[in-house]
Amino acid sequence: MINQIAKVSACLLLVVSFASCVNVKEYQKNRLNDAEMTLSNRKVEKNELNFQSYREAASGANAGKTGGGCGCN
Amino acid sequence: MKKVYLSILGFSFLCRLNAYAQTKQDSVDNKPAYTINGTPKPDSSHYNPRKFHIDEIDFVTSYYSQNGDHSAVTGGIGTEKVTDIANGLTLNFVKTDRNQNKNTLAVGLGFDYHTAASQAFVSKTGASSPSGTRIYPSLDWTVESAKTGNTFGVGAYYSNEYNYKSLGGDVHYSLKTDNKNGEFSVKLQGYFDQVTLIYPSEFNPMATDVNSNSYGDGGGHHHDNNGTSPRKTYNASFGYSQIINSRLQIALLADVVAQNGFLSLPFHRVYFSNGKDTIERLPSSRFKLPLGFRANYFLGDNIILRSYYRYYADSWGIRSSTANLEVVYKVSPFFSISPFYRYYTQTASRYFSPYEEASPTQQYFTSNYEYAQFHSQFFGVGFRIAPPNGVFGWQGLHELEIRYGHYAQNTDLVSNVVSLSLGFK
Repeated sequence: MINQIAKVSACLLLVVSFASCVNVKEYQKNRLNDAEMTLSNRKVEKNELNFQSYREAASGANAGKTGGGCGCN
Repeated sequence: MKKVYLSILGFSFLCRLNAYAQTKQDSVDNKPAYTINGTPKPDSSHYNPRKFHIDEIDFVTSYYSQNGDHSAVTGGIGTEKVTDIANGLTLNFVKTDRNQNKNTLAVGLGFDYHTAASQAFVSKTGASSPSGTRIYPSLDWTVESAKTGNTFGVGAYYSNEYNYKSLGGDVHYSLKTDNKNGEFSVKLQGYFDQVTLIYPSEFNPMATDVNSNSYGDGGGHHHDNNGTSPRKTYNASFGYSQIINSRLQIALLADVVAQNGFLSLPFHRVYFSNGKDTIERLPSSRFKLPLGFRANYFLGDNIILRSYYRYYADSWGIRSSTANLEVVYKVSPFFSISPFYRYYTQTASRYFSPYEEASPTQQYFTSNYEYAQFHSQFFGVGFRIAPPNGVFGWQGLHELEIRYGHYAQNTDLVSNVVSLSLGFK
């Protein structure tokens, strides 16, 4: 398990380190500020994420809650 | 000579202005760097109400329909037919305090109604009620600093359904980098739940010793029939988002989750290989570690790629991967179509056995297919409308989203979900 986590973490760090960050000014953020560019789930996805977290073992990390509520039927 | 003298005077005056222009004064809220009119007038470019007022109202409703043939209530066989209507309303109140910090109070209320064919078979004869409701209010208060953009907040939530009560709370904090291109966030949550001990009719604990192992200990404490047993969840969520360039931004996400208490459900049956049956028995603790990555890229002028990947591992032996890609095509700045595809795969928990395959010698066992090995696909399309003059010309309705998705597991479970989200200002 630790090995797999280490591999995934290493891949993510690699992705981040390869991407050279540019200092983007506020006036250059017109695309980034688009409502569909937000780094989170859409409001309309809320109930989809609930049923996925009940039918599948995995949840969390910005995709479904990790506790609370039964949803066991 | 007089012209030369005035020119030099004017030039030196301009130079002095220019020198002030190099100082860090880029906010309209701050005192101007220089003024030739003496006392500056107070800034009146924006109005900041000091009392809470409704800023936005969000309403989300969904219809979910499912069918399958591996119900946990009947030991991994039997109908999984479910319908669910879920509704959520959130009122967002906003005010600005004396330090110009933005205070947001979100008041939410959710209400679900479901029918589940398997629920009827809590009773051996199928006579139990196949339907139920859930109500879940929530509160969240967040303060955003006017100077730094950092936020701090607290939240509380409650959920009540016929066999389960949940009380939760959180504290969250976010910190922006100096150049405002990165943000670190942390959220600490706790859920304090009570599982109502509703057993299958043939396992009525009133008739036997409730402290025996005949029903599985589930790690919790058994009480009389329809008593409750606690379940606690502690969650620490960490996130770091970073703007890479003017078209790409990413986020790294990690949760550390610890659960303890009664983690089984008392009306989930397990049939052993010897033909006898009992109820599900699972350990009293579980540790989960989901790690996620998001990347959103604005391609050209009217396409946005929204991607997500998550790796998940837990102490019950489950490993899973989730990959999601959504392609947003902006037909116009105010109307977009978004097809999406999600692939999910997981390994089985070491405690899972299909119908009549568990051994009576096992310490823990379940036939709930949530813990089975499977993969699933979820695909569909969403539509978003957000015109500046309001949806259908109604100024108050600033955003409308509709989304349909079809979900299929290789365990033969299939479902369809359609959702509608409305945003009012």
